[in-house]
Amino acid sequence: MSAPALRPVAEPSPVELDADEAVRIYRVMRTIREFEERLHTEFGTEEIPGVVHLYAGQEAVAAGVAAHLRPDDYVSSTHRGHGHAIATGCDLTGMMLEIYGRAGGLCRGKGGSMHITDFDRGMLGANGIAGGGVPMACGAALSAKVRGTGQIAVAFLGDGAANQGAVAESLNLAAVWQLPVVFVVEDNGYAQSTGTRFHLRGIDVARRAYGFGLPGVTVDGTDVLAVRKAFGTAAERARSGGGPTLLSCRAGRYFGHMEGWDRQGYRAPGEVDRLRSADCIDRFAGQVLDAGLLDPARLAAVDATAAAEVEAAVQAAKAAPDPDPDELVTDVYVSYPDYPSYPPHPAHPSYRDGAAGAGPEG
Amino acid sequence: MPRMMPYIQAVGEALEQEMRRDPRVVAFGEDSIGGTGTDGPLGHAWGATKGLHEKVPGRVLDAPITEAAFVGAAVGAAATGLRPVVDLLFVDFIGVCFDQVLNQAAKLHYMSGGKAKVPLVLRAMYGAGMRRGAQHSQALYPLVTHVPGLEVVVPSNAYDAKGLLTQAIRDDDPVVFFEHKMLAFVPGEVPEEPYAIPFGQAATVRSGSDCTVVAIGRMVSFAVQAAEQLAAEGIDCEVIDPRTLSPLDEPTIFASVERTGRLVVADEATPRCGAAADIAALVAQHRFEALRAGVRMVTPPHAPQPFSPTLEDAFVPGAGQIAAAVRATLGTSSGDQGVIVASRSSEATIAP
Repeated sequence: MSAPALRPVAEPSPVELDADEAVRIYRVMRTIREFEERLHTEFGTEEIPGVVHLYAGQEAVAAGVAAHLRPDDYVSSTHRGHGHAIATGCDLTGMMLEIYGRAGGLCRGKGGSMHITDFDRGMLGANGIAGGGVPMACGAALSAKVRGTGQIAVAFLGDGAANQGAVAESLNLAAVWQLPVVFVVEDNGYAQSTGTRFHLRGIDVARRAYGFGLPGVTVDGTDVLAVRKAFGTAAERARSGGGPTLLSCRAGRYFGHMEGWDRQGYRAPGEVDRLRSADCIDRFAGQVLDAGLLDPARLAAVDATAAAEVEAAVQAAKAAPDPDPDELVTDVYVSYPDYPSYPPHPAHPSYRDGAAGAGPEG
Repeated sequence: MPRMMPYIQAVGEALEQEMRRDPRVVAFGEDSIGGTGTDGPLGHAWGATKGLHEKVPGRVLDAPITEAAFVGAAVGAAATGLRPVVDLLFVDFIGVCFDQVLNQAAKLHYMSGGKAKVPLVLRAMYGAGMRRGAQHSQALYPLVTHVPGLEVVVPSNAYDAKGLLTQAIRDDDPVVFFEHKMLAFVPGEVPEEPYAIPFGQAATVRSGSDCTVVAIGRMVSFAVQAAEQLAAEGIDCEVIDPRTLSPLDEPTIFASVERTGRLVVADEATPRCGAAADIAALVAQHRFEALRAGVRMVTPPHAPQPFSPTLEDAFVPGAGQIAAAVRATLGTSSGDQGVIVASRSSEATIAP
């Protein structure tokens, strides 16, 4: 194992892609940004229940990773999971309906923003538990290895979750079992509102991988080409039986830990402005324009499409009805779809049949 | 001549037969192969997976002592096409991986709107009696029965252990499979051919008309002993083994109570919010009219499992306590055992 780079590469990444791939990457980033900026606005209407954790600012990580994923690969995500879901191809309207808690949502109203899941896309789920989905990605990788499919799994986690015991355990398990998994740490500088330097020692989380005999690489998470390149190496290594890699991507988030709660008093003055001045999408647009790969009209067309798709998703969510109350007690068990909840709940068919209180067997 | 084998061997037979039948079944846990790198593989201290790695190469794995990682990996593997059977060893170790059980395995099917399935089995030894102290002796099935989405299996004999594990492996929901360590070497009749016992079907171990005794796991054999003692006194007990706590065969329990009018629940778990309390409450809510006496729970005290043999033996309920509780429901003793949790007459609410 050669010594991986410990610092973000300062010089610009070379543009080594064709126009079609450039459009795909740009579309993923632009769609995520549009989705998240819109949610930030819409959250103010108080139509969105609960909380949402926005991914804006970190788009290059999801897009750079997705550039090397096959449609049948697996992704386990975090509480800040919209970007990963969009990058894996989850339906925008299905996501928006789910976030609004409306009928027709991707998870039938049982997931919400923090649990966006689509097994048809290999999206194993956003996760409400920091680091909770990381062992699951190891399992998906084990599954791919046992079945011999050549699939890989990606475990996204934040710098906060990097301290979880389950994450350290997973790094060891993946190393011992030589699993085709890539751990992608999204270091956005904060564990909720505690700065990374106050919660994580060792300077660089990528270095922790060395302790498990794994390559650990740090890249600039606002440079989609750098992420794409580093992840490509890790993905190839995983797919060819070379085992896991840890990739740490540094990219600040533009919004708070979550909407509706975080006044962000922990930020340095002007911090978000500085982050936005080094925006990952602007940067990529500049790179592909400078390289003559795409022209401004092509990018503008993608912008317009992303805006229209998000607008349609929002309008669909606002117009959609609430879920059927029956949904409350379906999908609890695969094998026992009629297993009663007791005492019988108003949503349970037996209640409406006048059988309430008569016991689960009637 | 009946084919006899110990409970733990019946578990191993079910696992081997299902692994041979279905290439999606994998097994892992600490020492599942055991002794890797030495001349004589240990094959797991208790033997259920002994030699299995040679019969189904590549599908039995040793896991590091990192329960959160390998139980979580089982969730991910199950959700993506395998059917993992994971050995937690002692159920007490669930503490270090409870997130993966409680928040991931149990909820993925629901939170994905039914798209994900998590067909995993978490095998776990439980129960007092081996002088292992408070961190290796608990009966933690109420903890997981409480969680919607999990199925909970508590076989009381070798025949059920094989049939229920076969069903657990074939089942599409996450199952926590409780193996009582004091039953591990108790032999029972076990047919060679594979068979599956459906979940949610209690066994009526003994029919009777005076009092229903619902007994869980190791308590089943004690309840049968108690019933035999009581038969000599002219008291006719019905003993029901629920076999699975989630789903629970409520109809069989309710029908029995309708016939007998009395209920004793014998449970090795501690009493607060326990399995006995749950069953007692269900009967009290749904069959109150049938009850002719207060429901009684026979459980350990609400205390950790002690180490000293004298203390541990006093901790575990026995046949004598079950018999005393039955007599109390019949008004034939002062009722110094068990706890009244429901009754319909003031007469039966006399404090124990």
